Amino acid sequence: MSDLVSTIIANYNYWIYITLMMIGLYAMIAKNNLVKKIVGMNIFQTAIILFYVSIGAKRGATIPILEHAHNGHGHGAASHMVHAVDYINPLPHVLMLTAIVVAVATLGVALALAIRVYNRYNTLEEDEILAQIREK
Amino acid sequence: MEVITSIKPLLAVLVSLLVVPILISSTRPNVREGWTFVAAIAKFLIVISMLPTILHGNEIVCTVAEVIPGIAIKFRVDALGMLFALVSSSLWIITSVYSIGYMRGLKEHSQTRYFCFFALCLSATIGVAFSANLLTLFLFYEMLSFATYPLVVHHQDEEARSSGRKYLLYIAGGSIAFVLPAMLISYNLAGTLEFSNQGFLAGTGSKTLMLILLLMFIFGFAKSAIMPVHSWLPAAMVAPTPVSALLHAVAVVKVGVFSIIRILTGVYGINLLASLNLGIVVCYIASFTIIVASLIALSQDGLKRRLAFSTISQLSYIILGVALLSPKGMAGGMTHIAMHAFGKITLFFCAGAIFVATGKKNISEMVGIGKRMPVTMVAFFIGALSVIGLPPCGGFISKWNLVLGTLQADQWPMLVVLLGSSLLNAAYFLPIVYKAFFCTKEESLFEKKIEEAPVWCVVPLAVTAAASIILFFYPQPFFGLANMAVKSMLGG
Amino acid sequence: MSQQYPALLVIVPLLSALLISIAGWVNKKLCFPIAVAALSVAALSSVGLLLRVLDEGVVLYRLGGWDPPFGIAYYVDHLNGLILNVVSFVALFNLIAAKKSVEQEFPEKIGPFYTLYVLMVTGLLGIVVTGDAFNLYVLLEIAALTGYGLLAMGEDRAPLSSLNYLYMGTIGACFYLLGVGYLYIVTGSLNMVDIAGILPNLYQSKAVLAALIICMVGVWLKMAFFPLHAWLPNAYTYAPSAASSLIAPLVTKVMIYVMIRLVLTVFTPKYAFDTLVISHSIVWLACIAIVMGAILALAQRNLKKMLTYVIVAEVGYMVGGFWLGNRDGMTGAILHIVNDALMTLCAFLVVSNIVYKVKGHKFEDLKGLFRTMPFTMGAFVVAALSIIGVPPTCGFFSKWYLISGGISAGQYGFVVALLFSSLINVILFFRIIEIAFYEPFGNDHAHTSQPECIKEAPLTMLIPLLIVAVGLVIVGVYTSDIVTHIIQFAIPKGIL
Repeated sequence: MSDLVSTIIANYNYWIYITLMMIGLYAMIAKNNLVKKIVGMNIFQTAIILFYVSIGAKRGATIPILEHAHNGHGHGAASHMVHAVDYINPLPHVLMLTAIVVAVATLGVALALAIRVYNRYNTLEEDEILAQIREK
Repeated sequence: MEVITSIKPLLAVLVSLLVVPILISSTRPNVREGWTFVAAIAKFLIVISMLPTILHGNEIVCTVAEVIPGIAIKFRVDALGMLFALVSSSLWIITSVYSIGYMRGLKEHSQTRYFCFFALCLSATIGVAFSANLLTLFLFYEMLSFATYPLVVHHQDEEARSSGRKYLLYIAGGSIAFVLPAMLISYNLAGTLEFSNQGFLAGTGSKTLMLILLLMFIFGFAKSAIMPVHSWLPAAMVAPTPVSALLHAVAVVKVGVFSIIRILTGVYGINLLASLNLGIVVCYIASFTIIVASLIALSQDGLKRRLAFSTISQLSYIILGVALLSPKGMAGGMTHIAMHAFGKITLFFCAGAIFVATGKKNISEMVGIGKRMPVTMVAFFIGALSVIGLPPCGGFISKWNLVLGTLQADQWPMLVVLLGSSLLNAAYFLPIVYKAFFCTKEESLFEKKIEEAPVWCVVPLAVTAAASIILFFYPQPFFGLANMAVKSMLGG
Repeated sequence: MSQQYPALLVIVPLLSALLISIAGWVNKKLCFPIAVAALSVAALSSVGLLLRVLDEGVVLYRLGGWDPPFGIAYYVDHLNGLILNVVSFVALFNLIAAKKSVEQEFPEKIGPFYTLYVLMVTGLLGIVVTGDAFNLYVLLEIAALTGYGLLAMGEDRAPLSSLNYLYMGTIGACFYLLGVGYLYIVTGSLNMVDIAGILPNLYQSKAVLAALIICMVGVWLKMAFFPLHAWLPNAYTYAPSAASSLIAPLVTKVMIYVMIRLVLTVFTPKYAFDTLVISHSIVWLACIAIVMGAILALAQRNLKKMLTYVIVAEVGYMVGGFWLGNRDGMTGAILHIVNDALMTLCAFLVVSNIVYKVKGHKFEDLKGLFRTMPFTMGAFVVAALSIIGVPPTCGFFSKWYLISGGISAGQYGFVVALLFSSLINVILFFRIIEIAFYEPFGNDHAHTSQPECIKEAPLTMLIPLLIVAVGLVIVGVYTSDIVTHIIQFAIPKGIL
């Protein structure tokens, strides 16, 4: 039992992202309002971004900027050895910059579509829209 | 035996395909029909030019393209294929003449479409006749199925639509649901699809599997109209009569039968069928069809429908003959492809001529018609004799051999079936002829004045009737080809 | 120049998309030629690339000169060499055919349309060419976002259905991203080949299993694998015809390529088929997809919508065929990507011709079309025969491999499902053909020659359509060459 608890606590970042993801997914499936669905979608994407960010982080590590990288060439390489442990992994963070851009773009497209839907049906509630479509 | 490589079989297939664009683009009917003749005669000449080679016991092969690694689209002309190609290409010429008379006589619409698809059908038929493997055969079989559809539904009315549906359901449904998987299973078992004289399935699977595959093939090739997959054929009689004549008495249905013969002899092989006792299974299926179809024919009033049921029963003669697995029976069955073709096409031509001249479709309305259309009805009589199997008509030769075949195979029940059904044939054909000529004045529905159908209609039916008689005296080359085919299949 | 093909493939359309968008402000007439030029370059590059692959084997292109696994590598082998050609040529043909219908449907949005169109093709080509798992995600979203825009240009409820598509598509892409995240945690790499090299020691890891499942679910969502297909029919049906005839043939097929690529290159067949025992279940899912797709198609009274359900069934063909796990099945699946893209293109081009002339794609709108649009309907018949699987059209040959794979894997359920859907296809398509052929029933239909009144679509729409229709037969006849020279090398040697 204590094993389980300690695993859960040790991996708390995963639990947060899973919780967020489920909240987002729930909103997308269960909400009736199209904009609420979009909000859910954004939470969903953010959860995954957080997941990536958290896997790059390390306890006690610093940002990955190598101060003496330039004069480290040739001589004294051993004394200036870069210890990967001291730095957080930059790659997932960089990837997530791209993912954020994608998320923003998706949000933009989604909102634009929502506006067009609203202009046509004068509502954003999905059941009302479907009722209008069925009437036709 | 030599194997000669030549592109002639390919040409024979392509010649009618190539003429299609010309047919579509020609604006004047006379030009269009002219090209149809060119194609028909060219096809016939190409086929005939291969005849001597085949009669010398050689084979002609032509590989077109390897479409799936290991399986090519390939043509192989052997005696059996030659027999069938000869029948259909020669009858196409005659039918083209008849088509002109019939279609113009009735002022049918969309004649260009009609002639185009007719040409396509003939390409497919010759393709089936010359296929060297199951895939090629399947390809042309399917091509024929879909090329015939516009011909069957030519009238474009509701009746045509429902017939067209039935037609597709049986023909396309059967080939996709049964033949395609059966073919793939065979390929998986044997690793080849090439027809060979001894078959390629021997020793590849259990008896049950072989039986299931055989049934899938036989009922999948629904064009052979074996019961219970026969009911598309009477429905397809909504087509214009030349279509019924050439396609539903010769090309399409014989393609079905031909495919089954190929399956029996080229895929299974005589020895395998005999050792597993599968031949007799097929015999019983065929004889059931023969008897039941004849009985149904008796009760039909529509002339074309009666002919259709007669066709169903006659087709099963061919299958029965081959499934007897005795030399005489097989030769008789294969010869029957030709003999029945000439006899039945005459009958259909007559039915069409009657319709063109008088507009009558039902037998009950044809009392006394012999006085109005004597030539047609005499031809009808000759055709009927040939189909019944009486001398002096070609049908006698094949039936005689079939009967001998049952004796050779020691299958007494089949002998009874053959003789019984011949009686039934007589019972449903001869009254028509009798009523047409010998009826009292009160009964006669027609005036005495002679008024035949257009000459384009009458000449072809006279020719095929004459051919039926000539075939009695000179059954060559058909009978010879059939004997050669049997000899090679029995491993002689 | 020839060394740069992989880059040209993506860069040229990407930059021309910008150019088109600028040209749209200046002069709308410039947009179309630029788009054609861009896609022609892409098409030529993909041909060149395929020839090079056939000649030298795998082509590795380092973007910006960075070595993998650190830089992004474009990785072209026989599999994506083939798919690249399909994508670029389908896009090019459709672009040419689309010109008139774009001018008719939204003359004021020509610039944006071509921009999105070319961008989308960029995305699709990029998905196919890339060898980097994360790069694939970005390109996936480029293709998807432009796709939403294109689909939303349509009539009636198009914005709503593309919004729904957007929700589902985003979930799908995020799932993929998540799966890649798991892979990254355990391997520390994003390069596909590199991951595959590291994975064998981790076959027992639960994270790898989770990555596979999450990636698959994401990809299935995007390819509309039943029961994750709900977004597809409406999104494609109400889209403008020029957009749906680009998206319908390509997007689902490219996603199938992604699935194949992930399993073959990233997770390796050894893991997916030998270590795990999921392939049978997936084949059964595919069977359900095929059957349900066919049945749902049967319930439609609208040509375009019916075709969308046919796509759902066809996705089942390919997923099932691939997960059979044997050589025939995979050959069938890959061949079917090619064939189905062409068949679907042909069918949707027919729809766009019909919409151009008749302004509708309900069944009632199709009456009498054989008389008025004989060439278009002729092409439709060819497409129909190919989808049914009649030789010598190409659809037959991929079905041949799929069924043959099913038989040798002993998956008779899959065989039956394929045959069932072929039979349903006969009904589906001949129902259309019947309506177009018989109706309207005239009074004196039988014996009068109706006046010929051909009202065909313009030549720029008709000629690409006819080329594609003829192509269906030609590709069918050359199946053997495609299989022996290309697909055979696309499948790892270990798979028998």
